[in-house]
Amino acid sequence: MKKWVLAVLFYFAFCVRIEAFKFHKTQQTERISGSAGDVLEDDPVGRLKVFVYELPSKYNKKILQKDPRCLTHMFAAEIYMHRFLLSSPVRTLDPEEADWFYTPVYTTCDLTPNGLPLPFKSPRMMRSAIQLISSNWPYWNRTEGADHFFIVPHDFGACFHYQEEKAIERGILTLLQRATLVQTFGQRNHVCLKDGSITIPPYAPPQKMQTHLIPPSTPRSIFVYFRGLFYDVGNDPEGGYYARGARASVWENFKNNPLFDISTEHPTTYYEDMQRAVFCLCPLGWAPWSPRLVEAVIFGCIPVIIADDIVLPFADAIPWEDIGVFVAEKDVPKLDTILTSIPIEEILRKQRLLANPSMKQAMLFPQPDQSRDAFHQILNGLARKLPHDKSVYLKLGNKILNWTAGPVGDLKPW
Amino acid sequence: MKQLTALQQQARRSNSFRSASLPLDTSVDGAIKSPATIFWLVLHGLCCLISLVLGFRFSRLVFFLFFSTSSPSATTNLYSALHTRLPSSITTSPPAVNGTAVAVDGGSRVVVGRHGILIRPWPHPDPAEVMKAHHIIERVQREQRIQYGVKSPRTVIAITPTYVRTFQTIHLTGVMHSLMNVPYDVVWIVVEAGGTTNETAALISKSGLKTVHIGFNARMPILWEDRHKMESQMRFHALRYVREKELDGIVVFADESNMHSMELFDEIQNVEWIGAVPVGILPHSGGSEGVELSAVSREDTDKNENSEMPVQGPACNSSNQLVGWHTFNMLPFMKRRARYVGDRAVVLPRKLEWAGFILNSRLVWKDVEDKPAWVKDLDMVGREGEDIESPMSLLENPSVVEPLGSCGRKIMLWWLRVEARADSKFPARWIIDPPLDVTVPAKHTPWPDAPPELPTPVVKVISIPENTEKRVAKRSRKRSSRSKRKRVPKVLEEHVSTRHSGDN
Repeated sequence: MKKWVLAVLFYFAFCVRIEAFKFHKTQQTERISGSAGDVLEDDPVGRLKVFVYELPSKYNKKILQKDPRCLTHMFAAEIYMHRFLLSSPVRTLDPEEADWFYTPVYTTCDLTPNGLPLPFKSPRMMRSAIQLISSNWPYWNRTEGADHFFIVPHDFGACFHYQEEKAIERGILTLLQRATLVQTFGQRNHVCLKDGSITIPPYAPPQKMQTHLIPPSTPRSIFVYFRGLFYDVGNDPEGGYYARGARASVWENFKNNPLFDISTEHPTTYYEDMQRAVFCLCPLGWAPWSPRLVEAVIFGCIPVIIADDIVLPFADAIPWEDIGVFVAEKDVPKLDTILTSIPIEEILRKQRLLANPSMKQAMLFPQPDQSRDAFHQILNGLARKLPHDKSVYLKLGNKILNWTAGPVGDLKPW
Repeated sequence: MKQLTALQQQARRSNSFRSASLPLDTSVDGAIKSPATIFWLVLHGLCCLISLVLGFRFSRLVFFLFFSTSSPSATTNLYSALHTRLPSSITTSPPAVNGTAVAVDGGSRVVVGRHGILIRPWPHPDPAEVMKAHHIIERVQREQRIQYGVKSPRTVIAITPTYVRTFQTIHLTGVMHSLMNVPYDVVWIVVEAGGTTNETAALISKSGLKTVHIGFNARMPILWEDRHKMESQMRFHALRYVREKELDGIVVFADESNMHSMELFDEIQNVEWIGAVPVGILPHSGGSEGVELSAVSREDTDKNENSEMPVQGPACNSSNQLVGWHTFNMLPFMKRRARYVGDRAVVLPRKLEWAGFILNSRLVWKDVEDKPAWVKDLDMVGREGEDIESPMSLLENPSVVEPLGSCGRKIMLWWLRVEARADSKFPARWIIDPPLDVTVPAKHTPWPDAPPELPTPVVKVISIPENTEKRVAKRSRKRSSRSKRKRVPKVLEEHVSTRHSGDN
């Protein structure tokens, strides 16, 4: 009898979650039908097993202790993913039955006083971690990392540089050539995006966004909304480099247009304003991705993506073409014509799709995790890549990766 | 090692690394100094010297313009069409583009490097597009209202008693604009004391709403007490119209000089039979009296009473059930209350104003099956002479009133009465014809300081028009004789074509 009562109590406690992200109940939302949409609702538990390597704390905990700002910036996904995996049902303590291996190394946590991460030590850190796991466990050498995945959320992923030309020069770290990379950067035909990578959204703090929700009956009166830099005067004073000139073009063409609420200010009502806008611009910056996409999806504002050849998060699960508007960079001067000529039924349909809570859930990293959130979508992505092709398992002694390739600076120990 | 990290740390985003670090990087990476590098260094130095001489930053883009091999096929629309392309060899590449580092297979259209900022020749909004955008916004908002707003909204039946006087245009325009902004269907019943007039009809026809103009055959009295009573009767008359025509919707008593918030109309959609909203009372009249009042209130020891705005409305207990009523406390204002229209004193409301009550129109219909038992028939109430102070007199049991406006806490309606003197003149339809000539300031105010003649209880209500009519006649005669002479300041008032409020 007592057991029963306890069980019931536990069940109720389980239902009442702390910090659960509650969305407004909407009557008319459209479910993304077809193979793409259903994939969002898949449950990865039971479909894969992940083994988490035990690295010394200098690779993760100590770094975080040195700078706790890493928990709130847009690259915090690497830390939260680690925490999620430690307590997730997909984790296995037996590496023999694992399908995927995860290495918890926080490469994006070396921050400047301004809060921007410096990627200069990251290649060495990564190398050092891989050296550790390859010497202490046999699983790396078994496949040379083909069944390992790494989270590299920095600007250009595993190219480990914030400047595009340098990143392209470096290319993806040689040791990671066979591993699966989970990164925020995605651009087609780019050196820093390898085939089979999983693109994830940048981290946006769910709590903060929830506190700024306004009633959905508030009428949307802003046509186009954007807040951010148009010219990066510090690094590109002439313009033309930053955002490939697209942001500057937006400013020059539409600064006098009353339909476009664009400026460089940092208002305190940024989130509320997004909820009062019909379209939110998500142009590229130094890198094509931006947290604005996540914010636009959460706040129901149709994202206008101005970034040629960009690969959006979970592109195989979310039909971005149906949800957002894609504008080529060369078409920016015609942006107002493009947006006003979208048929109204399409706009309403996009809004209905955005109102679907599963879309919003997939963009978030809530703590504690909830079903169908970004963590689960990553696991879904990994599960979809299973089973591993037999050819990834190397015969003994076979080596494909060149451990001495790459710039000389990378080879120094960390 | 340390130097390396120090140098690297210097090359942060916040510094302009572009020009400074370029030579630095080449030295750090230990690249061989090719002739090309030396050439560009020399060019860079030359540009710096030229900038020094010229006094502004001499952009290396000029060299690009000179040396660029492929000028892009820009359409004439583009103002600045400097779209760079991947050059095949280093020697012809412009200095700004580090193109060769992009070793990309598959022919990406996206290149790294300096791009032009595309600006169209006339970067201003196109009015047709602005209209389209507004249509889009309107449709989106309508959809929002359908999704998140009130389901199956009911018609709003607004009842407004009015009569022709100086301030009628101000007040009626205010109510009219509020009703025009209501997102639901509106039927506006305007009851006019003294019968229907063209003045009022012209005013309400501008609204574009469905209006019903009813005349009420009695003149509006000048004393506030009597005026309140007559207004109640006029509203009742309108309710009889609702009953007769079986209008379906929610009845709101939108008095002329009241202020309505749009949220009020959203809130009243929640009413089932009869609801009460809290009404903020603004008893201060315009003029020096109001200032005195506030000065007094500051001295008052009992600050709370006077500094807060008095509110009439339902009072609830913690479980949001109606337990009583907040009414207007007249005691602090007794000495200063206005007695007649246009008195420069505080105009007080009655205990519970009609404006604070919202009715379902079916309550006043005859023979409706689902009419609740506690409502009296309209014909039973309001017989001759009986004073209907508030719609509560329609109820047998006052506890059935639903408290709205989050149980009396949210005020969306404000009551105010501001009137000019009853004998004040104003130009007909506020059109001044013939136009005013040169005005010369008068030596004394045109209004006599003597108060207007007040009616004795029965007769004087009718006598006022006669008196002023005589005065007007006199003046007009004077006016015609004087028009040929020079303008004299004293008779300024006559040049304005006046119209008595009683004329049709």
